[in-house]
Amino acid sequence: MATSSVSKGCFVFKPNFKKRKISVPIEDYFNKGKNASEDSKLRFETYQLIWQQMKSETERLQEELNKNLFDSLVEFLQTSHSGLWKNSKDWSCEIKLREIPTAALVLGVNVTDHDLTLRSLTEVLQNNVTPYVVSLQAKDCPDMKHFLQKLVSQLMDCKVDVQSKEKESVQVIQKNVHYSMDSLSAWYMSVTQKTDPKMPRKKRTSSSQWQSPPVVLILKDMESFTTKVLQDFIIISSQHLHEFPLILIFGIATSPVVIHRLLPHAVSSLLCIELFQSLSCKEHLTTVLDKLLLTTQFPFKLSEKVLQILTNIFLYHDFSIQNFIKGLQLSLLEHFYSQPLSVLCCNLPEAKRRIRFLSANQCENIRRLPSFRRYVEKQSSEKQVALLTSDKFLKEETQSLLENLHVYHKNYFLVLRCLHQFTSSLPKYPLGRQIRELYCMCLEKNIWDSEEYASVLQLLRLLAKDELMAMLQNCFKLFQSSSGKELGNTAKKIEEFLAQFQSLDAETKEEEDTSQSQSKGLQKTDLYHLQKSLLEMKELRSTSKRQTKFEVLREQVVSFVDSLVREYLLPPDTQPLHETLYFSSAHTLRQHLNAAPRIALHTALNNPYYYLKNEALRSEEGCIPNVAPDICIAYKLHLECSRLINLVDWSEAFATVVTAAEKMDANSVTSEERNEIIHLQCSVY
Amino acid sequence: MTSTLELKADKMLKVQFVGDDDVLNHILDREGGPKIKKERAQLLVNTQKIIKKPENELEEDDQEVLKDHNYVEVLGQDVQESLKNGSATDGGNKVYPFQNRKHPEKMAKLASELAKTPRKSVSLNMKNDPKITIDIPQCSKGHSSSDKSQLKNNDKSEFLSTAPRGLRKRLIVPRSHSDSESEYSASNSEDDEGVAQEYEEDTNEDILSQKIQAQNREVSAPVFRETPSKKMKREKTSHLVEKYFEAHSSSKVLTSDRTLQKLKRAKLDQQTLHNLLSKVSPSFSAELKQLNQQHEQLFHKWMLQLHLGFNIVLYGLGSKRDLLERFRTTMLQDCIHIVINGFFPGISVKSVLNSVTEVLDHVGTFRSVLDQLEWITNKFKEDSSLELFLLIHNLDSQMLRGDKSQQIIGQLSSLRNIYLIASIDHLNAPLMWDHAKQSLYNWLWYETTTYSHYTEETSYENSLLVKQSGSLPLSSLIHVLRSLTPNARGIFRLLIKYQLDNQDNPSYTGLCFQDFYQQCREAFLVNSDLTLRAQLTEFRDHKLIRTKKGTDGVEYLLIPVDNGILTDFLENEEEEL
Repeated sequence: MATSSVSKGCFVFKPNFKKRKISVPIEDYFNKGKNASEDSKLRFETYQLIWQQMKSETERLQEELNKNLFDSLVEFLQTSHSGLWKNSKDWSCEIKLREIPTAALVLGVNVTDHDLTLRSLTEVLQNNVTPYVVSLQAKDCPDMKHFLQKLVSQLMDCKVDVQSKEKESVQVIQKNVHYSMDSLSAWYMSVTQKTDPKMPRKKRTSSSQWQSPPVVLILKDMESFTTKVLQDFIIISSQHLHEFPLILIFGIATSPVVIHRLLPHAVSSLLCIELFQSLSCKEHLTTVLDKLLLTTQFPFKLSEKVLQILTNIFLYHDFSIQNFIKGLQLSLLEHFYSQPLSVLCCNLPEAKRRIRFLSANQCENIRRLPSFRRYVEKQSSEKQVALLTSDKFLKEETQSLLENLHVYHKNYFLVLRCLHQFTSSLPKYPLGRQIRELYCMCLEKNIWDSEEYASVLQLLRLLAKDELMAMLQNCFKLFQSSSGKELGNTAKKIEEFLAQFQSLDAETKEEEDTSQSQSKGLQKTDLYHLQKSLLEMKELRSTSKRQTKFEVLREQVVSFVDSLVREYLLPPDTQPLHETLYFSSAHTLRQHLNAAPRIALHTALNNPYYYLKNEALRSEEGCIPNVAPDICIAYKLHLECSRLINLVDWSEAFATVVTAAEKMDANSVTSEERNEIIHLQCSVY
Repeated sequence: MTSTLELKADKMLKVQFVGDDDVLNHILDREGGPKIKKERAQLLVNTQKIIKKPENELEEDDQEVLKDHNYVEVLGQDVQESLKNGSATDGGNKVYPFQNRKHPEKMAKLASELAKTPRKSVSLNMKNDPKITIDIPQCSKGHSSSDKSQLKNNDKSEFLSTAPRGLRKRLIVPRSHSDSESEYSASNSEDDEGVAQEYEEDTNEDILSQKIQAQNREVSAPVFRETPSKKMKREKTSHLVEKYFEAHSSSKVLTSDRTLQKLKRAKLDQQTLHNLLSKVSPSFSAELKQLNQQHEQLFHKWMLQLHLGFNIVLYGLGSKRDLLERFRTTMLQDCIHIVINGFFPGISVKSVLNSVTEVLDHVGTFRSVLDQLEWITNKFKEDSSLELFLLIHNLDSQMLRGDKSQQIIGQLSSLRNIYLIASIDHLNAPLMWDHAKQSLYNWLWYETTTYSHYTEETSYENSLLVKQSGSLPLSSLIHVLRSLTPNARGIFRLLIKYQLDNQDNPSYTGLCFQDFYQQCREAFLVNSDLTLRAQLTEFRDHKLIRTKKGTDGVEYLLIPVDNGILTDFLENEEEEL
């Protein structure tokens, strides 16, 4: 306990080596935290399993999403470089030679994700284009010297990776290299000539088609580089381009215009810029949600509020997928940590197996679940008794309930996607454009009770035939691909609808003919008859309008969709045992991810009762009883002053309050207040 | 966090006050009775119109802003969940208030009022002025962040009553705005009661209206659009702007002229203060203990989350040092860990990194901090069995809050086998981290309000109110002077006397060397310029005097010791003689 000292601020504690070896496994922390918890080991293992799966899935998704971008980048690099090389032999077009091929990579504002993207880009390039890939960050290169220094040292390192046996000699060089572009190109020449004879041995098969691979320089955050450094570097390297084939990649967070803002025309004309746009992070989020949450692959689910918070943090704070995944991880952890029954949150066969081994305590836990209690209340009285007394019966029932829950999810997501097909293209998007919005709404409550849903149905009733058919077609594909048991006939039904629509074409033509003939027969009559027949026509038209076959069919489709929604899109909290799979404690998540220290301080100072549950502190909002902690009183008093405060006034006011509370001896009061003032000054300001 | 309903209420309120505020403005800016009355009548009519309007118009507005509020609401809901009786929840405007220009009397008044409110009623020597006694409850309502609906009800009557009174007063004693301000700067000693009353009136209205304005700041824009007269709108906004600048950029901020010296009570020294403080038993110890226990239950969870790649940051009122210390002693006994006192004045990133390398048994030095960081990173990446806990008290301290330091600590904490648990205290500490740094840190936030004193953290600071190690200079002064010759002592005493004679002169820069020489000669203390200089060198070596070159190139001599101590010293000397 010697962590305070007047002479130093860092204290190192290093236990004996023997002791250190017996480190506690992480699982122990998982179960010790809650003494009464069950199956904690199992739960922790499940957590780790699911998290690993989710993580690898997201990584896979990331790769997939970036694939297009990377492919086009690689192509660009290859063509530009080969063009460059050709030109260099053919000295006629010297101007072209001066232009450094540049890829401007617009990555979006989610700066935190860039690192990952660029890292995988580096990997891809190293495998496909050239071993010489260097990435620089603005904060490493405040001036030209550092810039070159970093560039050279990283280039040498690249080389080291390729030829590890030359490591030592390279390192020796590294120490006393004079960093300049000349030395760099000299180095490049020597390296490429050295590798040339050995070419067949190298695994760089793709790059072997050129005499020399290009050097790719990635500037991770183009915006934050100092313009001077960038300009100088570009001018210098353009001079050396024929002996040092450089290709630049700019990572841009804002917009491509920034290049021209940073670089004057004289410099930017030395660049041959091609623009690449990475996938927008919103699309990214949609895919991640689609593959992680809107699927039965992972049993773990988020409740409406939690999902809302996570997406809100994403949309309003950082646009960062990384952070979103972090939030997901935290909610997964919290779920397994706080809910003992989360042990059942795994795939169905495994869960069934686990149910059999549930302890009596866990059975009690099941009985205590609100959703389960609601379920029990609905059962017949004998069954109720059996459920509440016999563990065995309970386990069987739980198994079937869990199975139901899994089936429910399967259907749920299908119907959700189907509904999304219908709603996503409606004008004004009453149920949201993204499936996540729709999902949130469905999670929250019965969607068919909402006004938006009513308006959706109304809009659907106004759809034209080809739109409707396209939607149906999509839904049909959805249902077909899934081949679920329950929804099998839905696919069939949709098919029927489609067939009916197609047959409608012929019929409508006939109808039109008849109406035309009717209008022809209307001509030779007097005024009275004309009026009469017009009235008839009107009636006829209004009735026929209602009865158009297309409209009838459309009505049928709409009601069919409606019935699907009503049957399958029940909110999850109506399902028994949903607590095992859904993480709903949005509050904790928010507290840990998106905390508001300011509010906490404010509450602590203004409303101490919130923290200290003492009746003496209870008061109406805004005023503080004079027995409150001193700091609260002092804070309250200081609010009455402007920027500067007179200490005497302050302490006297404070003394007035405190002496009113307790007749303490005056001296101690003042000393106390003095201390308080010091504290406040340090903490608040 | 503001629900739409509240919003509506706010807007209603707001509209009501446009009139009154304007009235005030007119009264204060221009004089002349009939004009005011006319304007006032006009405005009253306006307000009535406006009050009818909002209901339907605002609804449209609400619809439009709903989308934006949606987000706020969702986030807000949870706060509400957490703070069930949440005083903090009802509006960011309370958490992020508009700084008003306030007057010292307010504080005293609030104090007496606070002293009164609870059970024990204490008779205070309040002025027996009816007006003030009326005013107090009013202003308490304005200040207590009571329910807005309630406030709304009150305000109607309140304002109708206060504004006319202010008006009457103004008419009787016409005074311009600037006039009153300058008066303020003079002093606020109790004898000019009339003026004080005047102020009370003035500030009351002012503050009330400001308060409302502050509350409505967020919603004010749409409301302006709806006000019928454009002129009003313009005035309104400009009024707001003026208020802002008045609060923020006024050249002189006025406080009262009372100083610590005038307090009769003698200053305590550090030791006595400490003793006195230790005697005071902390209130609510049971509740505090409970609070601490709640936090302690989280220890296991923290360990778990640290191991899973998160880092933990603690915030909330009160020192978190003891809590972290307990965490350290219960959980980290068998692990390598480093405790870093961010509040230590001499701390730097370099020393943090040094202690990390110390753990890794590194001998030798590094060329730069970045090199060191790279070395550490490699070391930890190579050896995955290596684990290190970093405990940082006050990560937001003066020395560590710099961008570079944070970047480096963030990079350290992003390593897989370095676990960081830190505490922050500053209100704006989260501003240290941009997105990039935040993703490096990968924080999990934990609120740990402890209400405990920042004793250790502030131990490196000095307080104005504690006698500044007062006994030390006096004793050392005596000690040093005793070892000197009587002549030297005489010289020094001369200087002291001169300084004490001039202690009321604010522009006193010191005693000019030539004058001093003259005086010394007259007292037969020195016989030449050189001997005096030799003496002064001796004083300077003992840090008893300071010399300063004046603008005219002449040397000025000054004793850098508190005047009180000098008086004590003189008294001491005289006793001895």
